Amino acid sequence: MPHTVGLLIDALLALDRSRVRRILLEAGSPDGLEAAFEELMTTALEEIGAEWEKGRVALSQIYMAGRICEEAIDELLPPREGGRHGAPRLAIATFDDYHMLGKRLVYSMLRAAGYQVFDYGRAELESLLFRVREDRVDILLLSVLMLPAALHIADLRRRIDQAGLKLKVIVGGAPFRFDATLWREVGADAMGRTASDAITLVRRFSGGIA
Amino acid sequence: MMTSLQRIAAALACREPDRVPFFLLPILHGARELGLTIREYFSRPRHVVEGQLRLRRKYGHDCLTAFTYAALEVEAWGGEVIFRDDGPPNAGAPIIRSADAIGQLVPPEVGRTDCLLQGLETLRMLKEAAGDEVPVIGSVIAPFSLPVMQLGFEAYLDLIYDRPDAFARLMALNEEFCVAWANAQLAAGASSITYVDPVGSPTIVPRELYLRTGLPIAQRTLARIRGTTAISFASGRCLGIIDDVATTGAAAVSVSTDEELGAVKRACRGRLAVVGNLNGIAMRSWSEADAGRAVKRAIASAGPGGGFILSDNHGEIPWQVPESVLLSISHAVHTWGNYPLTWTQTDE
Repeated sequence: MPHTVGLLIDALLALDRSRVRRILLEAGSPDGLEAAFEELMTTALEEIGAEWEKGRVALSQIYMAGRICEEAIDELLPPREGGRHGAPRLAIATFDDYHMLGKRLVYSMLRAAGYQVFDYGRAELESLLFRVREDRVDILLLSVLMLPAALHIADLRRRIDQAGLKLKVIVGGAPFRFDATLWREVGADAMGRTASDAITLVRRFSGGIA
Repeated sequence: MMTSLQRIAAALACREPDRVPFFLLPILHGARELGLTIREYFSRPRHVVEGQLRLRRKYGHDCLTAFTYAALEVEAWGGEVIFRDDGPPNAGAPIIRSADAIGQLVPPEVGRTDCLLQGLETLRMLKEAAGDEVPVIGSVIAPFSLPVMQLGFEAYLDLIYDRPDAFARLMALNEEFCVAWANAQLAAGASSITYVDPVGSPTIVPRELYLRTGLPIAQRTLARIRGTTAISFASGRCLGIIDDVATTGAAAVSVSTDEELGAVKRACRGRLAVVGNLNGIAMRSWSEADAGRAVKRAIASAGPGGGFILSDNHGEIPWQVPESVLLSISHAVHTWGNYPLTWTQTDE
């Protein structure tokens, strides 16, 4: 498995789509193709994210790796009905901000890990509150680039609590990376330093059920 | 005592001036000084000039800047600018909706574009006020980075990887615009031009891609800018491409807070001055003691031998950073930044 993950990482960073497909198909497991895909892709994307954190991989490579994984899922797996059994209801948004790439990266990571995610695009406080209630969201992932938007999450958290919603809020983006205490200040439940951290955090908040 | 202009010139020549120079860049804070909203503040050159002069009187930093907001350039291309009361304006919806639309794209003429003319007027007024005492910094968004606002980041990455023809066409247009805009700023009185290229950073694209794209673009563009230039990667890393950056003709490079300032300084080996790398985001909640420690640490890392300008790591101090922190930074530079930096050999 570690050897296969290494091969997959190399293929993803080389943008070699046919090699990625070959590695995934050859890694079929007793649990079936889907489980093998999820395990391999998740591990590979997490390792690529960790390498970005160390300055050894670029953001564009994370983006392309996520894109290629999504393409492989669409091409090689049958359409999934309603998401994995017992999985939390996830939603993602770029909050009060106009920079959408971070959200896209996280969305790709979660899809590759087998999660279905409501994508709210760019959202403001009121619309976000309405939608998470309507969709009965368990975990809300928020991406921001600008510091004022990050600080504004504190208002959203207050309104979520006032509304009695029990959802978890995971935040990510440059302001949180440059100020390691900011996520607590705005009342988030966790912060992801890289896009692939979202997978680990979602698993943690799911209590290991998914 | 040197003037700020002399101090910066010595630092850019990688020599020791009389004191470590510092670029404090509270771009938005001038609005607070004048009691205006950020939108009102940027609406008139005289506001920005007055704000810049007041801020320099207060903090004693070594530059004035005509930079207002990054979205100005995409505004010049016909884009929308979205203002807010607590931070920098953002670019609105992308002006380029598809790769195929690049074929019909026409760059703006600097002399016929209101927002750019306003920027040039700001520069002229700042230069008149600064005389030969203080450098007035101009800036351009690199041709390789402007598409993040022209297309949106995701669409731009798709363009780079999937549509080399359209990418090349867009770069050619952006290069022409960038050169014209930079040279107009120099003609209006800018002492130097900061070439802002966050996409060129290894944080965003791998070095092998930069060597094929952002680097040759920077080399061509900077060669045609008729003045001193510095490259800013706006919080992005640069250590892995320092040897490449040194071939662009830039005199200085900005350093991310993610990187060790001393390591970047050593890699520059006198070819480039280093600018950085105080953490502008964390600065918001610094105490006076925190500010003093951060300044001291930066000076100890990169000050000895000259070739160092203390600054934040992004090129803009967030609106939320309080005046007390900026005063503490200024105080610490004036306390610990006087050459020779003998204390760095005994302290810590």
